[in-house]
Amino acid sequence: MVQFAWLIPMFPLLGFLLIGLLNKRLPVSLSGGIATLMVFLSFIVSAVIFGEVAQDGSVPERVVLFDWISVGDLSIPFSFLIDRLSVIMLMVVTGVGSLIHLYSIGYMHHEQDHPRYFSYLNLFVFFMLLLVLGSNYIVMFVGWEGVGLCSYLLIGFWFKNIDYSNAAKKAFIMNRIGDLGLLLGVFLIYTTFGSVGFREVFESARNFPENSEAITAICLLLFVGAMGKSAQIPLYTWLPDAMAGPTPVSALIHAATMVTAGIYMVVRSNVLYVLSPDASEIVAFVGLATAFFAATIGLKQNDIKKVLAYSTVSQLGYMFVALGVGAYQTALFHVITHAFFKALLFLGAGSVIHAMSGEQDIRRMGGLKKALPITHATFLIGTLAIAGLPPFAGFFSKDEILAKVWEHSPVMFIVLAVTSVLTAVYMLRLYWLTFYGDFRGTENQKHHLHESPATMTMPLVVLAILSTVGGFIGMPEVFHAPHFLNEFLAPVIWKVNHHEASETFEYMLMGISVVLLLLIMFATYNTYVTKKVMPEENDKDLQGFAKLVANKYYVDEIYEAVITKPLNGISSFVYKYIDQGFIDKLVNGTGTSLTGFSGVLRFVQTGNIGGYIFSMVIGIIVILVLTMIL
Amino acid sequence: MITLLLLLVPLVASLVCLMLDQAKVKIFALGTSLVSLGITVYAFTLFNNDIADQFLVNYWWIQELGISFKAGIDGISILLVALTNFLLPLIILTSFRHDYKNASTFYALMLFMQFALIGVFTALDGFLFYIFWELALIPIYLICLMWGGKDSARITLKFFIYTLTGSLLMLAGLIYVYLQTPGAHTFDIDALYNVTLSPVAQSWLFWCFFLAFAIKIPIFPLHTWQPDTYTDAPTQGTMLLSGIMLKMGIYGIIRWMLPIIPQGLSEWGNTAMMLSIAGVVYASCMALVQKDFKRLVAYSSIAHVGLIAAGVFALNLQGLQGAMVQMIAHGVNVVGMFFIIDIIQRRMKTRQLDELGGFANNSPIFTILFMIVLLGSVALPLTNGFVGEFLLLNGVYQYSAWMALVGGLTIILGAVYMLRAYQKVMLGEPHARSVEFTGLHQTEKIVLVAIAAVIIVTGIYPKPIIHVAGPAIEDILAHVKDIY
Repeated sequence: MVQFAWLIPMFPLLGFLLIGLLNKRLPVSLSGGIATLMVFLSFIVSAVIFGEVAQDGSVPERVVLFDWISVGDLSIPFSFLIDRLSVIMLMVVTGVGSLIHLYSIGYMHHEQDHPRYFSYLNLFVFFMLLLVLGSNYIVMFVGWEGVGLCSYLLIGFWFKNIDYSNAAKKAFIMNRIGDLGLLLGVFLIYTTFGSVGFREVFESARNFPENSEAITAICLLLFVGAMGKSAQIPLYTWLPDAMAGPTPVSALIHAATMVTAGIYMVVRSNVLYVLSPDASEIVAFVGLATAFFAATIGLKQNDIKKVLAYSTVSQLGYMFVALGVGAYQTALFHVITHAFFKALLFLGAGSVIHAMSGEQDIRRMGGLKKALPITHATFLIGTLAIAGLPPFAGFFSKDEILAKVWEHSPVMFIVLAVTSVLTAVYMLRLYWLTFYGDFRGTENQKHHLHESPATMTMPLVVLAILSTVGGFIGMPEVFHAPHFLNEFLAPVIWKVNHHEASETFEYMLMGISVVLLLLIMFATYNTYVTKKVMPEENDKDLQGFAKLVANKYYVDEIYEAVITKPLNGISSFVYKYIDQGFIDKLVNGTGTSLTGFSGVLRFVQTGNIGGYIFSMVIGIIVILVLTMIL
Repeated sequence: MITLLLLLVPLVASLVCLMLDQAKVKIFALGTSLVSLGITVYAFTLFNNDIADQFLVNYWWIQELGISFKAGIDGISILLVALTNFLLPLIILTSFRHDYKNASTFYALMLFMQFALIGVFTALDGFLFYIFWELALIPIYLICLMWGGKDSARITLKFFIYTLTGSLLMLAGLIYVYLQTPGAHTFDIDALYNVTLSPVAQSWLFWCFFLAFAIKIPIFPLHTWQPDTYTDAPTQGTMLLSGIMLKMGIYGIIRWMLPIIPQGLSEWGNTAMMLSIAGVVYASCMALVQKDFKRLVAYSSIAHVGLIAAGVFALNLQGLQGAMVQMIAHGVNVVGMFFIIDIIQRRMKTRQLDELGGFANNSPIFTILFMIVLLGSVALPLTNGFVGEFLLLNGVYQYSAWMALVGGLTIILGAVYMLRAYQKVMLGEPHARSVEFTGLHQTEKIVLVAIAAVIIVTGIYPKPIIHVAGPAIEDILAHVKDIY
């Protein structure tokens, strides 16, 4: 079956072409159905292959489709790698992907332009599958840029709104900054190892010494790519803006799959990162900073999707910390659980927005618990999962990250622990403000409140179940239960730095986090439900740190002032005064003097062409004369 | 024989055009350009990759001076011939909805241009090459002058002076090399390749050739004729210039510069590389602040060809292969882009980005095709632009990582100015005047679909292009490597 792996991306590609080409000729209700079916078919094939790979042991299989770019000793086949890492990613992408496609049918019901939406969504899945299937860095890069394109197209789906298309443009450009880094990293890989294939590169890398300059440079350049795609400091500001897209898009692309591509790439390249502790330290540091800063911003956001967006940035930071300390399996563990609970939260938010006739501001919500029972219950599960309450999925992966970081550096551990407290605070604030208290919207909205249709609630329920039990694939050591994920991934991770954490520490960690979480729940309930403290209506009323945070540390404004404005200003200046001024005047000066000269010629010749042929004749005479002399 | 046919069909057709009336000339021009395309396809089927200079024709022309009419096709030539003969029918099709005055002259000049271009790409005699090089200038000059915008007299004069200066320098260089050939002097390319030139001579010869080719491409800072000329010329003139004619410069470097003065290159190559790379960033920044869509694409074209030139000056297999792939890709994409601008301009009577917007509503097909051409020009993987840009940057990276970093900025800046243009034209609320933007006509659809198809097909399967050029490029590099 493995040799049929090409079917997996083929289905969504087919869906894209079918829906895209038939477009309006397709019955309105059909495009969503086709798109969902295609992703579901991919899911089935993935599941079969997953089963085979899980049984068959560890032999990675390469499926070559055709020879793509081959020049001299550089050979880039268009080929797929089926190993334990790629099959896990396949399951997540096609599984969560199918659910979100299904949900979209309900969510986009009132929208025009179904075919465009679903064809883009299928195209996205196609590229995402290429990204995780590619057996070399270039095929991965195809997927990498392709998902960026789909992200651009879907963020700007409502193209009449210029703010939305600005957000789309920003996402694409920031990703491209990362992509340049990634591409340079690939060039360096090629010059260092003479190949860009995963297998060849990692095999020869194993003979390199630790912290060699080349490998550290490669790791850092690849990481620049990851910063763009996975929204890490300093390239994270596109992700919150990307919330302009339809909510299912935010769930699929900007939470569950595309933004985790950076983590996938580092896990894939773990051999290189193991060899460069220096680069790994930087990865951990950037991840830590991102996790913390994004969490603080999340505290003061009032748009339901923006809170989730900053939370995504923060959670991605968590994963990079795990990667930086060498806990590759743990990072992937969090990718999986995060895909479940964050997709759940976004889809839940979508259900709320749907019910509220497009309202996204949590200050205008409240008391939605009754009207939206399924949405409420599932959203609660998602909130508890991300906050880290056992036995929900987030608890296990987050706890494992904290434990691994403790072994690496207690200081990092403390910052990360504070971040988890912040996470619990902003998520519970969001939860209470949305579902408890009195309804604060308009009469019209109140009248219109309704639970979403089954196509939307069913994915919510499935994801809620996954967010509840998903953590059991990686039980903590102290429980003496098997850690399925670690065992499964063992063949694709080169070196596992395995320290036996002390049992007391693990129990303490769990105990403290549960107690803390309960305290936070109580405190936030007290603030937002009992005392009915509302976020300020106007950011201008804020003071000091709160103001700084609510304005996202003015990072967008700083980028605007430091990069965008100077670039445009200098370019305008150069265009006006140098390109059109100096260089051109210089030439025109010669031109004017020559015009005078040709004016003289015009006595004997007529017009420019005559002058031209005249000069050619002179040219030929010159040759004749020269040959005679010499 | 095939080489002669490729040359004679457009030449004869061009003369016939002059005798036809306005109504018939369009169809006739299109027909003959399709015949040329057919011959090119036939040539491809006969082409044997491993043999240099196929379909050779060789007659004495001025025997006393060692000038012969020698022309033939190798893996490099055939790609550029194919590009020319593929684009010509499309360019002629784009003119179908225009009613140019003196149409017979217009089409005659276009076909004459095709003749000269094929001559440039197949000539294997230095003097013959020079003649074709100059012949190619005359029709495009007249097209720009007679059918150009208001300011065409001044602008074409500038263009003319620039290129003429360049060609005279090249002529001087060629004659000097010719005079160094042993025995009875000859312009035969094989003799020129084997001339021994002193390092000093190579040093100044470098500048003769470089200036000639750099002006044509154009390489920064010799580019200022280009935006004016591209903007002012009629659409078909701009397409001929940007799609095909500028490749004469790159081709000239590969065919007539690298093998003849390798030492000159080792001395000045770094300067040329730096100018090329500087041009990439410079022109991209200029494109950022353009308000006229056509001028924006003109600057973006300078950036793209700057990178192609850099790939050539990297003097390695990947750089040169990338240059070949990207020459084809750029030719196709830029013609598509200028046609898109033409489509917009004829409907809206303006190209100013600030006066456009919201067309995505009016024509979904146009929206998709515009997007595909745009993706090709910003080098998204699985489009033709990526294959070329990837190989070019990889080639430049082997030369110098820093150059690749600076040149690679085109990846970012290209996205910035192209997406800005796309947003200004297609997105946003529909204008009051947007209703004037009607859907595509049949001929417009044919051209854009053909271009979009090439963009995607050669992006997914570039192997034939890479494969056909390989041996010829290795031959060229062998001449360079002898010296090092």
